[in-house]
Amino acid sequence: MKLDRTSIAIVVITVALLAAAPALPRWAMSLLNVSLCYGTVVLGMMLLMRTGLVSFGHGLYYCLGAYAAGTVDQMLKIPDMALMVLAGAAATGIVAAILGLLLARYRDIFFAMLSLAFSMILYGLLVKSSALGSTDGFNISAKSIFGIAVVDNAHRYATFGITVVLTMLSAFLLNRYLRSHRGRLAEAIRDNELRVEYMGASVRTTIHLHYVISAVLAGIGGALMAINIGHIDPEMTYWPQSGEFVFIAILSGTGNVFAPIGGALVFETIRSFAYEYSPNTWQMVLGITMLIVMIFLPGGLWSLLQRRKPA
Amino acid sequence: MATILHAKGLNKSFGAVTAANDINVAVEQDSVVGLIGSNGAGKTTFINMVTGYLKPTTGSIHFEGRDITSLKPRQITQLGICRSFQIPQLYNTMTVAENLMVGVGIVASSGARWAKSNRLDVAPEQAVEAMLEQFGLGDYRNRQSGLLPEGTRKLLDIAMAMVVRPRILLLDEPTSGVSADEKFVLMDRVMAAVREGKVTVLFVEHDMEVVERYTHRILAFYEGRIIADGEPAKVLDDVEVRKYVIGEAH
Ligand SMILES: Nc1ncnc2c1ncn2[C@@H]1O[C@H](COP(=O)(O)OP(=O)(O)OP(=O)(O)O)[C@@H](O)[C@H]1O
Ligand SMILES: [Mg+2]
Repeated sequence: MKLDRTSIAIVVITVALLAAAPALPRWAMSLLNVSLCYGTVVLGMMLLMRTGLVSFGHGLYYCLGAYAAGTVDQMLKIPDMALMVLAGAAATGIVAAILGLLLARYRDIFFAMLSLAFSMILYGLLVKSSALGSTDGFNISAKSIFGIAVVDNAHRYATFGITVVLTMLSAFLLNRYLRSHRGRLAEAIRDNELRVEYMGASVRTTIHLHYVISAVLAGIGGALMAINIGHIDPEMTYWPQSGEFVFIAILSGTGNVFAPIGGALVFETIRSFAYEYSPNTWQMVLGITMLIVMIFLPGGLWSLLQRRKPA
Repeated sequence: MATILHAKGLNKSFGAVTAANDINVAVEQDSVVGLIGSNGAGKTTFINMVTGYLKPTTGSIHFEGRDITSLKPRQITQLGICRSFQIPQLYNTMTVAENLMVGVGIVASSGARWAKSNRLDVAPEQAVEAMLEQFGLGDYRNRQSGLLPEGTRKLLDIAMAMVVRPRILLLDEPTSGVSADEKFVLMDRVMAAVREGKVTVLFVEHDMEVVERYTHRILAFYEGRIIADGEPAKVLDDVEVRKYVIGEAH
């Protein structure tokens, strides 16, 4: 297998992050963790956007992934990190496969709003279910990884390790996929669905597949976030959360799988500093950032790094 | 010679407009058929029915003996019928080479449902190169397709139909929007590619010089009917054709 530059960079950065872990201060590690969790969700948003679709309700899968992870801990009493993430991925994959049957028929604002509607239905269900803690949600705590018990510092490193590895693995696989014959159909569908059908490929099947992949990525991101934060609640599927994902996705651009991850890191960094130095106006700082990006970098932050293609 | 495409008793109406009125055509393999007729005569409607974009109200279409009347465009493409469009349908944000690569990629990863003739016998990159060469698009390879001049867009649109290796190619006004002196260059390219691939061609054309030069047979449409069908010289000399088709198409 001949690796492209992005794949090599992913491997190098993964190794570098893991090696640097002991030297990282706590705040930096948690900033990275949160950014990577968000980054995984936004990787899925990126795939949808490449296919020409924007979901205003991806909080649905982010939340579902987290609650699936929580269920593994609370109900099954097996607080293993790997199992939690697996549960998050499986639950979101199944739900997206079903909802995708309907959503793959819609485009544009209809797709966006229908996604939002489903996410709000989950919100309603969670708020109503007292067994799952209603609006308060519940705490979860992972105690092992692949069956190996972890406490204190080992727990901290294990959490960081699984977050880094799974986010980077997601980026690696998505990058490979986007370069494959099928992956290239994403942009073809965005550009001209009619021609895709007249070239003999199914638009709906491809959109359905991309919807499921993006949901699973959001589910993994949600499960990882649950493990990191140790708490989950219905806010994870409330509309401002979904909006945040759209925000990061547009901020990042869709040029490369590093865009969502870098974009999430920039977003989280701005948010934490803005929150610290101007607690009452941090949304304004984010808003202005977005305004600047949209006006000067319509291709997102990624376009800053992109070399101009020869004409 | 063997019949490859057979349309029987096709009818199609849009409200009060009859776009196809008892169309019966048997197309022989390896032939080149011209479709002529004034604006609104039903030429595009015929292509749309053959390629599954429109379902005829009544009648049937057979391809190599198989009934394809109720199949979707995608399935018809997979069997080996492909088309170009009156308005080019490209992937506008992609380069010319990327446009072709999408098609090559679909063929390269196609399953058993596809006709055998579709299968790729070279590496995908080579297949794209061959198409660029064959259609004289090499100089445009890295140009964004949405920004190309109209004639080049037309040519690419045809190349995109050819890239999935059809048995039958339907072209909707391949030379419209192409300057007079480029028309024959374009048609020569297309016909060379078609001959090499042993493809049966049906094309809509308003320029009678072009039709006469490249076809073995002409179908003349008027108000959804075929009013003349036969050898080019004979059809172009037909009284009704002269009155309803050539008279109106300048
Ligand atoms: N989707 C449609 N809905 C309604 N009417 C249609 C539709 N498609 C075609 N028609 C009508 O059917 C008739 C035949 O149209 P068609 O597009 O087949 O003509 P054409 O021979 O291709 O003409 P042109 O040379 O202008 O392309 C016209 O009167 C047209 O207005
Ligand atoms: Mg027409």
